[in-house]
Amino acid sequence: MKKIEAIIKPFKLDDVKDGLSGLGVKGLTVTEVKGFGRQRGHKEVYRGAEYQVDFISKIKIEIVMESGLVAEAVKMIQEKARTGQIGDGKIFIIPVEEVVRIRTGETGKEAI
Amino acid sequence: MNAGDTAFVLVSAALVMLMTPGLALFYGGMVRNKNVLGTIMQSFIILGIITLEWVLWGYSMSFGPDHGSIIGGLDWFGLKDVGMNPSADYGSTIPHVAFMIFQCMFAIITPALITGAFAERLKFSAFLLFVLLWATFVYNPLAHWVWGVGGWMGKIGALDFAGGTVVHISSGVSALAAALIVGKRLGYGSTAYIPHNLPMTITGAAILWFGWFGFNAGSALACNGLAANAFIVTHIASALAALSWMFMEWWHRGKPTTLGAASGAVAGLVAITPGSGFVGPVSAIIIGALGGVFCYGGVLLKSRLGYDDSLDVVGIHGIGGTWGALATGLFASTKINPDGANGLFFGNPGQLWIQIVSAVTTMVFAFIMTFIILKIIDGVIGLRVSEEDEVKGLDISLHNEAGYSL
Repeated sequence: MKKIEAIIKPFKLDDVKDGLSGLGVKGLTVTEVKGFGRQRGHKEVYRGAEYQVDFISKIKIEIVMESGLVAEAVKMIQEKARTGQIGDGKIFIIPVEEVVRIRTGETGKEAI
Repeated sequence: MNAGDTAFVLVSAALVMLMTPGLALFYGGMVRNKNVLGTIMQSFIILGIITLEWVLWGYSMSFGPDHGSIIGGLDWFGLKDVGMNPSADYGSTIPHVAFMIFQCMFAIITPALITGAFAERLKFSAFLLFVLLWATFVYNPLAHWVWGVGGWMGKIGALDFAGGTVVHISSGVSALAAALIVGKRLGYGSTAYIPHNLPMTITGAAILWFGWFGFNAGSALACNGLAANAFIVTHIASALAALSWMFMEWWHRGKPTTLGAASGAVAGLVAITPGSGFVGPVSAIIIGALGGVFCYGGVLLKSRLGYDDSLDVVGIHGIGGTWGALATGLFASTKINPDGANGLFFGNPGQLWIQIVSAVTTMVFAFIMTFIILKIIDGVIGLRVSEEDEVKGLDISLHNEAGYSL
């Protein structure tokens, strides 16, 4: 089992979600996050005073899946979240040791 | 006694009362979220403290029997002799107590305006003491000079219909003294002090605009044509200043902002206040439009000069109030108010000089007195919270509350 963590542009969330659903992904977790990479921040102006805001709003998606599905899912996220502009985000793939469904106590594949 | 006038002044008093919680929202939205309650509290609790001060000695010092054209005596302490019958001098068609409570709301909002200058860093005890001393030794004498029978500014013919000098120049200049003495917020220059809730600020600005109809039109103290004139010129000036500030910012910084539109609206209200009972609608267009431009320039001044007037009290109330006082000397017309005077553009250059004298005297007096009061408080109990408390935020460190929870 693997976990995919993807940082994407907020307005691409719906496209990514629909794409992943089509692949049979059964659930995902979304968080609003802030950070910076090569895109750096942006400027905000309040009463004529300019402030550099270093952290930009992004969306983080977390999905746990069987290892066999990962390549396809990563390809889907990359296709759906891409604009070609700087700041499109990143995808991380992390090994998962165990999954437990709280309601039933099922573990492993059955619990995903 | 006139029932219509009485009803109008009582409703106007209620409108002006609403301005102080409106100001609390206007300011509260502009600070960081860890200081929202601390900032709102500094306006809200003044409704408590100044009401008591006003009833006990404030009204008497401001409007009581004159001593040397400088101050009212304590003859009306605790509203002694201030009753339900009209006073000959203050609104001859309404109960004296109605005039008293209308004026009480002015005494409340004026120190609340100053709190924007030292937002996010003042100790609560120091704040309470400051408000009490400032009201007693700055506001009450000023109100007496301008509006009290026998006050010297009124005697030389200074025109201030609803408080350009007493409310706005005094609070704006006191804010400058406060920003200088209290000092900058931690992290000034490196931290971005970004407003945490602009919709709250816009709501506050809208409440201020609404309440200002009571402030200016109510100052006619009667439900008549003069009140209607004050009402419309107030609205016109606010509208124009919202536009002019927005266009200035658009031109200067590339984007029109909501904070700019709201700030401009308030700047226009400030600018028209002293002249609202003396100028006509076309003059109001000019006063408002230039008010927005001057105050936009005024808020840019603070980063040039390096003082931390957190929420731009100097730029909006100091600059806007001064422009309003001078504009009254330019645009006043006896066609609007036969009891007033003509300004420079209506053939009476002398009026402008009188306005300059009253504005400058108010500035010098308010600055020096505020300076002394804050130095004394600093020496006795200290002005600022500890660095640790300032970083934690006033909501938790002073009030044990948080404005927002998960």
